[in-house]
Amino acid sequence: MSKRFLALIAVLVAGLVLAACGGGGASSAAFECTDEIGCVEVAAGAPIRIASALVISGPNADLGLDSQHGVEIAIEFKGDVLGHPVELQAEDDGCSAEGGQTAGQKIVSDPSIVAIIGTSCSGAGVPLAQIASDAGYAVVSPSNTAPSLTDPAQAWKPGYLRTAHNDKVQGAAMADFAYNTLGLTTAAAIHDGDPYTEGLANAFREAFEAEGGTVVAFTAVNVGDTDMRPVLTSIAASAGGAPEFLFFPVFTAECAHLATQSLEVAGLEDTVRGAADGCFSAAAAEAIGSASAGMYFSGPDLAFSGDTYTNFAAAYQSNFGSAPLSVFHAHAFDATNMVFACIEEVAKQSDGALLIGRQDLRDCLYATSGFAGITGSLTCNEYGDCADPKIAVYEIQSGDYVAIWP
Amino acid sequence: MRDRLRKLDFIDLFLWIVRAAIVAVILIGTVKTILSNPYTLRNWEDFIIFGIAQGSMYALIAIGYTLVYGVLQMINFAHGEFFMSGIFASTSAVAIPLARAGYLASHPIPSLLLIALCSILISIAISLLTERIAYRPLRHAPRLMPLITAIGASFFWQYYFRGLFGSQVIPFPDIPQLEGTVPFLHTFVLKSHVLVIFVTLVVLVGLNFFISSTRPGKAIRAVAENKDVAALMGINVNRTISLTFATGAAMAGVAGMLYALVFHQVHFFMGFIPGIKAFTAAVLGGIGSIPGAAVGGLFLGLFESLGPSLFLQSLGIPAFNQLKDVIAFTMLVLVLIFRPQGIVGERLKEKKA
Repeated sequence: MSKRFLALIAVLVAGLVLAACGGGGASSAAFECTDEIGCVEVAAGAPIRIASALVISGPNADLGLDSQHGVEIAIEFKGDVLGHPVELQAEDDGCSAEGGQTAGQKIVSDPSIVAIIGTSCSGAGVPLAQIASDAGYAVVSPSNTAPSLTDPAQAWKPGYLRTAHNDKVQGAAMADFAYNTLGLTTAAAIHDGDPYTEGLANAFREAFEAEGGTVVAFTAVNVGDTDMRPVLTSIAASAGGAPEFLFFPVFTAECAHLATQSLEVAGLEDTVRGAADGCFSAAAAEAIGSASAGMYFSGPDLAFSGDTYTNFAAAYQSNFGSAPLSVFHAHAFDATNMVFACIEEVAKQSDGALLIGRQDLRDCLYATSGFAGITGSLTCNEYGDCADPKIAVYEIQSGDYVAIWP
Repeated sequence: MRDRLRKLDFIDLFLWIVRAAIVAVILIGTVKTILSNPYTLRNWEDFIIFGIAQGSMYALIAIGYTLVYGVLQMINFAHGEFFMSGIFASTSAVAIPLARAGYLASHPIPSLLLIALCSILISIAISLLTERIAYRPLRHAPRLMPLITAIGASFFWQYYFRGLFGSQVIPFPDIPQLEGTVPFLHTFVLKSHVLVIFVTLVVLVGLNFFISSTRPGKAIRAVAENKDVAALMGINVNRTISLTFATGAAMAGVAGMLYALVFHQVHFFMGFIPGIKAFTAAVLGGIGSIPGAAVGGLFLGLFESLGPSLFLQSLGIPAFNQLKDVIAFTMLVLVLIFRPQGIVGERLKEKKA
């Protein structure tokens, strides 16, 4: 190794050391972080950075892109937070545990990120909540609905909150609709093993049995399965007879296969079919096609009103050139605004710089009460359920989801 | 006797326990199911027909694996992408425009033939490109290299087609003439399933004729036997290998067309799972053997369709249908233990094994 090369390395290392000392010196002069799990410092004029982890590729991309658009509009409407612009780092949760893991690791490796909006899919939310919680971040999900995520005995972790409804509410609404409105007394449910689909199918089963109905079959398929006819045949032949109502709260691709193939299986000709918000997007409606006739979809009630929503809808149309792609855009907008409100509340300011305590931010988020969002008045409980849940049932009429209940 | 017992070491013992356990589960499950009989005769016939239809698709894809293996002793993991590329591209570029123009509804047969032709041609083009660019330069490299290259090529094509046509699920247009059922035995068979089984039979018979009785087919067999001697006999080995890839890809193109007719949707990742399953089918039947691929595909389809209800349901396993892949791959393990050469395969010579 030549001397010149060694000298170059020495200079580079010295530069690094100096830079590190310089940075450390400046921060200790301005602020002292007293937060027990750490702080984020935002220098004067620097952006406040938040991350999103939503499904923005694959068959469920509409679900995550829709939420991401909600976050982007929230940032646009907000402008500056305490004199700092807001910068979004958009990651992909892949709608899978692996995707949530990757996105989570990538986000927590960047200490300048203040909070995370995500994930889209509950399956991705479980590992991401764990990683973010361990690293001290706050996570607000606009669309995780699995009951387990806000159950401290199961997947809940400190720092995790959501603005989406808990599926105990959605499952009960679908059971109420099927049993009382449609007057159906036997049902079957299919999930795919993902926490969202399994949680919702379970919630539906419990509520349907509580109403007085009978669940004749409760089974599962795999993500990626295409041939659903064998499982549908075994449901049609279940001991309690073919179900009058078949509920499959799975994601787009499997949902479309179940919807089309259930029409072709002997014994299910008269069965009413239902799916949920994982199968509620422009892409899903297109994939189901003509098989959507006589099929019902549960999801959040999108009959929002108020000036904010009017402006939001106009901004969505002009920025992204379409009507909302799926159902969780408003929840994402509210989640982002909740985070902004808490940053404004807990940040300490000095000479244009900000110091945001991570525990302070979490405490503030959990203390959210009566927050006026598009989706209603949000009040968080101690395990992060913040939603003001209103569930509606939809059917597809010439390619559009139209609410028919309640 | 004592010597043999001593040779039966721990791993052998473990393998025997595994075999015994699998066989016991299958036997107990089957007997219990037959005794409790939750299904009607019609249900069983449905299961069998679903299995044959699914297995036909596996068989067509498996032929690509087996042909290439026979000639190059290489597992072409990009083959699932040949299957995807043809139908994914021709759905977006041909089928949907035809449906919008109303031509698909008014002239279904020429439209379907056109879509199938595009699917086949695109699959062939992708396979020839992959062979020329990715595999041929590695013809004399160690065997691991083409294998890894194949996995890389697979990713490349997935994301290339995703870039071209998007990552969403694209619905294949409905064809009214193919909807509905026809009566058969005690049940009704979907018209699309009838078409799948019929087309598969015709294609397999045609392929058999091509391989056994035409000059290019004989060239493929000669190259599979021994490349050097085939070259000495005046056979252009490179061109024959390309022809092998093209033949396999044409089968994959047909399978893609049938897949779209049965499942009504395509997307860029659709080749992955059928690719793995068809590879399993090829090994199950005996890799390198064309009848083996057909038999293996059929078996795999039947196991997947019948297995969960026949073996697992009466054992009280919750969500037993989720385990159909486990059944398929357990069958593979069983076949590899009891008959490593596959159901109809021959024991390979030292050189090839």
